[in-house]
Amino acid sequence: MEIILSIAIGVMTSCGVWLILRPRTYQVIIGLSLLSYAVNLFIFSVGGVKTNVPPILSEGGGHDVLADPVPQALVLTAIVIGFATTALFLVVLLASRGMTGTDHVDGRGEKR
Amino acid sequence: MKGWDIGITLAPHFLVLLLALPFIGSLLSVLLLNTASTALPSRLASLVAFCCLFITVLAYPQVTDGNVLRYNLEWIPQLGLNFSLRLDGFAWMFCVLINGIGFLVTVYARYYMSEEDPVPRFFSFFLAFMGAMLGIVLSGNVILLSIFWELTSISSFLLISYWNNSAAARDGARMALTITGIGGFCLLIGLLLLGNIVGSYDLDKILASGDLIRSHALYVPALVFILLGALTKSAQFPFHFWLPNAMAAPTPVSAFLHSATMVKAGVFLLARFSPALSGTYEWFFILGAAGIFTLLLGAFFAIFQQDLKGLLAYSTISHLGLITTLLSLGSPLATVAAIFHMLNHATFKASLFMAAGIIDHETGTRDMRRLSGLFRYLPYTATLAMVASAAMAGVPLLNGFLSKEMFFAEAIETHADSVLDIILPYVATLAGAFSVAYSLRFIHTVFFGPSPTNLPKDTPHEPPRWMRFPIELLVVICLIVGIVPAFSVGPFLHTAVVSVLGTQTPEYSLSMWHGFNLPLIMSLIALAGGAALYFVLRHYLATCEDGPPLIRRLKGQRIFERILVEVSWRWARMAEQRIGTRNLQPQLRWVVVTGFLAGLLPLWHSGFEPRTFVFSGVDKVFAGIWLIGICLALGTAYLAKYHRLAALVMLGGIGLIVCITFVWLSAPDLAITQLLVEIVTTVLILLGLRWLPKRTEKMDESVTFRARFRRFRDLLIAIICGIGMTFIAYAVMTMPVPDAIATYFLENAYSEGGGRNVVNVILVDFRGFDTLGEITVLGIVALTVFALLRRFRPAPDTMVMPEQQRIQNRFDEERPERNAGDTVREYLLVPSVIMQWMFPVIITFAVYIFMRGHDLPGGGFSAGLTLSIAFLLQYLAGGTRWAEDRIRILPLWWMGLGLIIATLTGIGAWFLGYPFLTSHSQYLTLPLIGKVPAATALLFDLGVFLLVVGSTVLILVALAHQSIRITRLRTIEAEKAKES
Repeated sequence: MEIILSIAIGVMTSCGVWLILRPRTYQVIIGLSLLSYAVNLFIFSVGGVKTNVPPILSEGGGHDVLADPVPQALVLTAIVIGFATTALFLVVLLASRGMTGTDHVDGRGEKR
Repeated sequence: MKGWDIGITLAPHFLVLLLALPFIGSLLSVLLLNTASTALPSRLASLVAFCCLFITVLAYPQVTDGNVLRYNLEWIPQLGLNFSLRLDGFAWMFCVLINGIGFLVTVYARYYMSEEDPVPRFFSFFLAFMGAMLGIVLSGNVILLSIFWELTSISSFLLISYWNNSAAARDGARMALTITGIGGFCLLIGLLLLGNIVGSYDLDKILASGDLIRSHALYVPALVFILLGALTKSAQFPFHFWLPNAMAAPTPVSAFLHSATMVKAGVFLLARFSPALSGTYEWFFILGAAGIFTLLLGAFFAIFQQDLKGLLAYSTISHLGLITTLLSLGSPLATVAAIFHMLNHATFKASLFMAAGIIDHETGTRDMRRLSGLFRYLPYTATLAMVASAAMAGVPLLNGFLSKEMFFAEAIETHADSVLDIILPYVATLAGAFSVAYSLRFIHTVFFGPSPTNLPKDTPHEPPRWMRFPIELLVVICLIVGIVPAFSVGPFLHTAVVSVLGTQTPEYSLSMWHGFNLPLIMSLIALAGGAALYFVLRHYLATCEDGPPLIRRLKGQRIFERILVEVSWRWARMAEQRIGTRNLQPQLRWVVVTGFLAGLLPLWHSGFEPRTFVFSGVDKVFAGIWLIGICLALGTAYLAKYHRLAALVMLGGIGLIVCITFVWLSAPDLAITQLLVEIVTTVLILLGLRWLPKRTEKMDESVTFRARFRRFRDLLIAIICGIGMTFIAYAVMTMPVPDAIATYFLENAYSEGGGRNVVNVILVDFRGFDTLGEITVLGIVALTVFALLRRFRPAPDTMVMPEQQRIQNRFDEERPERNAGDTVREYLLVPSVIMQWMFPVIITFAVYIFMRGHDLPGGGFSAGLTLSIAFLLQYLAGGTRWAEDRIRILPLWWMGLGLIIATLTGIGAWFLGYPFLTSHSQYLTLPLIGKVPAATALLFDLGVFLLVVGSTVLILVALAHQSIRITRLRTIEAEKAKES
């Protein structure tokens, strides 16, 4: 399990980093989304990888076996905030596109 | 005066009142900003100053004989920072100076300020400055002292730049702020070092551990930094040049700042810390050199000033140099003389500044080349000014004479065998002669000689009675102190001296006549020499340019500005050119590389070695899912440039796989949230796609070597980062999880948070404050998006109708039975009907998710997203217009309400005596439904829910509205084109 998840995190990081280093705004926004998946999974995995033990208390059940709720709480808000920043970035992207007429990250034309 | 027992003992709280009154007065003055009257704000300021003076006077019995009045309030005790105030004899003397002269200046300013000036602003700054100054002298904690020190810098900046339409005022204020601000920063460093040496920031403790400080290795750095602070504030060479430039301030400001307060703060600090710092060779040499140089240079420059206030400014610099020199000597008698001179200088200099202000006020100029013979017009003011300048020159029978005599007596003594010691008597006499010369010049030029011609204002006359009153009072004090020092100022001076020197207090005698001794001879030489010097220079001075001869061009101000330009502009620009970039790609590359190194370095240091890989426990289905996920990730990266929609679809696919992973690995809450966010993100980016330029894939054969190199480098960075992340992630996952805080949350979630879903309990209860911050951020982002889109102007090539719509419309036009727009409307007819029917179902589902959130997966975040998807689907199904005809969502209201509910829930805990956001939980039994959890956290979650709905809908709707706006713009433009 761990090896699959860590490889997945690595691949998504690679793709995300590659994309945010590209010159087109759309590539950067997609890259950031990929990176946020990778980071969310990474933070989530810090608490250990356990199956079938969601951190929901039941009557009489011991809570030693349950999954770590702290990274989950962190990631939950990270997901929502991630949506907000994607939206913000998208709008900035559109505004920049409207003002400069290009979708280059520095707002400059095709040549150069 | 030991017999002064008025039978009142002030509680220490009066110290707080004393300090708070000026600030309160300052705020009250702001309230008067709209009044036209100059009298009201000035009366308020006078009243405040008078009350402060009154409190100070009442406190006197408690500070005699080295007693101290203390007030202590814990502020941040962990950092050793307490709000502690202490009033001892020395601080008391300064309080009297600040409040007394402050009071007189407010009386004077009432007449000085004209109707056109924003008078309330003046008094507001003035009182704030007074409060800051009181703070310096009252502080019992050195950090607190540093805070008030900065406050004086800032408020004096505001005062000097009061006439902010004048460039000279702005420049002078900026210079004063820069110099004293840098000094203040140095002082803070020095005080922190001092606190570090002593182990406490408490002033009493620091003053008591002089030997420890002087023998410490950090003594010299601490001393240098503290002296930098004091010397910049007191305008000592080479930092003296800000003071003459600060003369652009209104004269009452100069009278206050440059006699009793601002510049005195530096020497106050020196005297205050002298028990802890003085007595070493470094102290003697640094202070002595600065003091002697300033004393001589200031006096010399003062002779050649043509501006009345300029003369007084340089004279102030010189007198402060005198005090600094005295303090540098480190002997108890010199300290007595220094403290005495602080007092004397404040009285005669304040009165002289005010007299200069009257002359300026009555004649319209301060240029001594134009002023002359004013005695006939202003006989009364002239007499007062003459007495005050005689005190400045050190003429017998006046207070200036006494302290100057004491200075001469100290100058003769040998303190530390050095060059400074040898030259001091000569320098002192010479500076004394200079001060006689400029004082004589001031009197002779301005008041005697022929009547002035070409004055900006005709026939000057005596000022109003109360404008003259402060000068009269101060001059009378000069006389009384000068004639009967031991009976007038003696006891108070003794109180101040005892509080500084303690057991070291020397025997000294305050009297006018000490016999025919060496200091008297030096005084006589200075008087005669000064008079002769003025007589020789008289004609040259009457016409010469401003500034001393030969080195007139060499101005500290100019050097300062050159340095400022060099550092803040040239160097900054050079640095920006060399190492800065405005391009995003290099910046991001640096961020990524730095991030990678920052991750690598600790691993390297701790000797991390990846364990041998164990391929055990691999679930085939899970592996298969992620095989797809990895392919999708690679596909996204590859296609994002030319095939945006495909990349977006693939991204969504990855999102789903992440969601499945969360389900698989015991995180149902995350899975729900991820799924919902995935939906809104996809819709969001779809809405944005329409405004991006078309990009068709064409095989570009002309890829340059540089571009190829760049791609290769980026690919390398990406792969390395990926591998690094894989290793770290694997290491983290396989390491045993230390028992951190998880157990606490799991154990207490039900008993304290009243919920079984621990993740939700953490969000809304344990870490509720974080969540409040996060939803606030969410709200801010949504508002920013909304604001940005209001001014959105799309690129011209996206203004035309999208291709699909054109094709569909053409289809309609070709068929006579169809109207234009039919196809668009019928597009996805069946799904849209289903979407409309689903509306109530999804709302119910959202409520369900919300209600169960505390005990089962769900909660405010996911419920909010669900509800916003319900709205979103209506927009998708029927189009923006259709949806808005039927349902009006007011996202801003939702957001506002959400934030208010969340915050009020938190505040509610206060009323029950708990910290912010403490929650209360219990179960309610409702008929039919049964037991329902009713924690206040649920209310907080309601706030989260409302805000998430509002923000999400606001973002998406604002984006969706752009299409309508563009259609409208297009119609308007088409009409315009038709008309023309």
